[in-house]
Amino acid sequence: MGDILKTTVSRRAVLGAGVAGASLLAMPAILRAQDKSLKVGVYGGYFKDSFDKNIFEDFTKATGIAVESVAEPTGEAWLVQLEQAAKAGQAPADVSMMSQVAMLKGQSTELWAPLDMGNIPNGSNLIDHFVNKYPDGRIAGIGAVAWYITLVTNTDVYKEAPTSWAALWDPANADKLGLLALVSNSFLLEVTAKTHFGGTNALDTEEGLLKAFEKLAEVKPNVRLWYRDEAQFEQSLKSGEIPMGQYYHDVTGLAAKDGQPVRSTFPKEGGIMDSGCWALSRASQKTEEAHAFINYMCQPAIQATLSRKVGTAPTVKRDLLDLTAEEFAAVSSDIEPIIPRYDLYTSKADWLNQKWTEMIAG
Amino acid sequence: MRREAPQKLTDYAPLAFPAGMLIVFFVVPFATMIAVSFFRRDPAGFYSPDFVFDNYARFLSLFFGKVLGFSLFLAVAVAICCVVIALPFTYLLSRTKRRTQVLWLVALLSVLSLSEVIIGFAWSTLFSRTAGITNLLVMLGIMSEPIALNPSFGAVLTAMVYQALPYTVLVLYPALVRLDPTLTEAARTLGASPLKAFFTVVVPALRNTVVATLIMVFIFALGSYLLPQILGRPQHWTLSVLITDQAIYQSNMPFAAAMAVFLVLVTLGLVALTVYAGRKGEAA
Repeated sequence: MGDILKTTVSRRAVLGAGVAGASLLAMPAILRAQDKSLKVGVYGGYFKDSFDKNIFEDFTKATGIAVESVAEPTGEAWLVQLEQAAKAGQAPADVSMMSQVAMLKGQSTELWAPLDMGNIPNGSNLIDHFVNKYPDGRIAGIGAVAWYITLVTNTDVYKEAPTSWAALWDPANADKLGLLALVSNSFLLEVTAKTHFGGTNALDTEEGLLKAFEKLAEVKPNVRLWYRDEAQFEQSLKSGEIPMGQYYHDVTGLAAKDGQPVRSTFPKEGGIMDSGCWALSRASQKTEEAHAFINYMCQPAIQATLSRKVGTAPTVKRDLLDLTAEEFAAVSSDIEPIIPRYDLYTSKADWLNQKWTEMIAG
Repeated sequence: MRREAPQKLTDYAPLAFPAGMLIVFFVVPFATMIAVSFFRRDPAGFYSPDFVFDNYARFLSLFFGKVLGFSLFLAVAVAICCVVIALPFTYLLSRTKRRTQVLWLVALLSVLSLSEVIIGFAWSTLFSRTAGITNLLVMLGIMSEPIALNPSFGAVLTAMVYQALPYTVLVLYPALVRLDPTLTEAARTLGASPLKAFFTVVVPALRNTVVATLIMVFIFALGSYLLPQILGRPQHWTLSVLITDQAIYQSNMPFAAAMAVFLVLVTLGLVALTVYAGRKGEAA
């Protein structure tokens, strides 16, 4: 950068220096930011770019805490890294966005520093289930963003939108579905329980789980594709090759806006709501800054910005938000969601995985 | 030039570099994998160093036996298809003008530059109902309406053969170019048809090359995990797909390592058996 300025002391450079100088004067927060900072881990790629652009800069302006964003790998690789670093007293990121299963696994090794709700006054805005607690009631994490997996259809093939997850079982849909290939990301056991057995509590016992597996096995003849790669299904959905399935509500909405013949429907049993939490590594020295950050993120205005700019569902209560009905519908729904049974994916992970693989591949 | 056996210790010096490479890039990673395969899995966390046989015990079931069986069968099928297609092709290619040969080889090499992902998606489009090759057949009046050809075993096999064919040709090519043309000429003079000359003279003369090629394609195909996922149904998923699931999605490294070790052992066993049978056949 220095070289560029040296070699071309042009009008652009002079203007740039002027703007930088003016903003220093206008925003004393940036000056203070040098001594207060926080490393925040978010999923790399689209999420990190959106957060860098729409959230972190404003946060620094408002609080004077500089944010260094760290790109996290998806999956559980980040959890492993945090865990191993914490053992050595290091924190590659102070606050990280973590999946619910990763939250539970981190709890088992006390990886997450308990949060003090007294320092997070905006926490009262949250919908209750977005507060992640240790079994003894200490707060392990706070809901960061949420997203929905819904029933999606190709509008050329299905003139009428389906109304229920029961459509997956309809013999008329033979060889027409695209479903996620893993037990821990498709959440189809929960869908089965809610649709046919009255709720996800039906999965409490091994007996109930086996009944759900048995019922779910009935959709197999309808499934054309069990996908791991999202692009693979999205393409087939748009072309009508695979005209029905489960997919992300926000992405489907964006595709429909682009003029693609697709729609996302919240079935009457509810969409599947998955979410990420902000969690603080126990090795972090930045407890105060971390609380300020999490508190900032719990503001209804920030959640509304996330919904508009990033396409995530808000984690605070609907009536606190200034989102229009249309903006809200683009990311969420008032129908009560199906909340995945994350506890099962830690306590019975291998058993579920084995049964699932045997069910779909057997 | 006569080759002499190494006399002094320093005569072995040139071996140090390949040996070092082999240790760093093969022996150490493989030993690590074997070690991890005996570690204890903690479903709520990760794994801890230990010496348990649980991971191998879990693998020894009818379900995984079937998956392993299918993976081996698929790899053998790909190897046979490739050699059956590539052998006559390369033979004919080696008899053509140099310029034609170069053109074909460049075209084949360019296929190698395609990634597995691109090959998978390209074939899934070609086999689709909405944009695939059956639409052409409908236009020509051969079929009444377009159908989807994937997911199916045929789709997986086609794409894998497509992917492995250039390697097969490249391995067979040097041997076929060096093959003495007087051999077939002699057979023709003695009254054999071109086809008969090919099968009774060319193929037996290339016996060792063909076996080596089969083994190479077999091992190459055994590692495939993307194409079965993109073009196949779950029953066409290979063991490599399940290993990926365990390692990446379930973070169950010990079990993934145990499956991988098992796959390597079975593969080595089969290759050894093939070579042994080949030697025996030669001696007889």
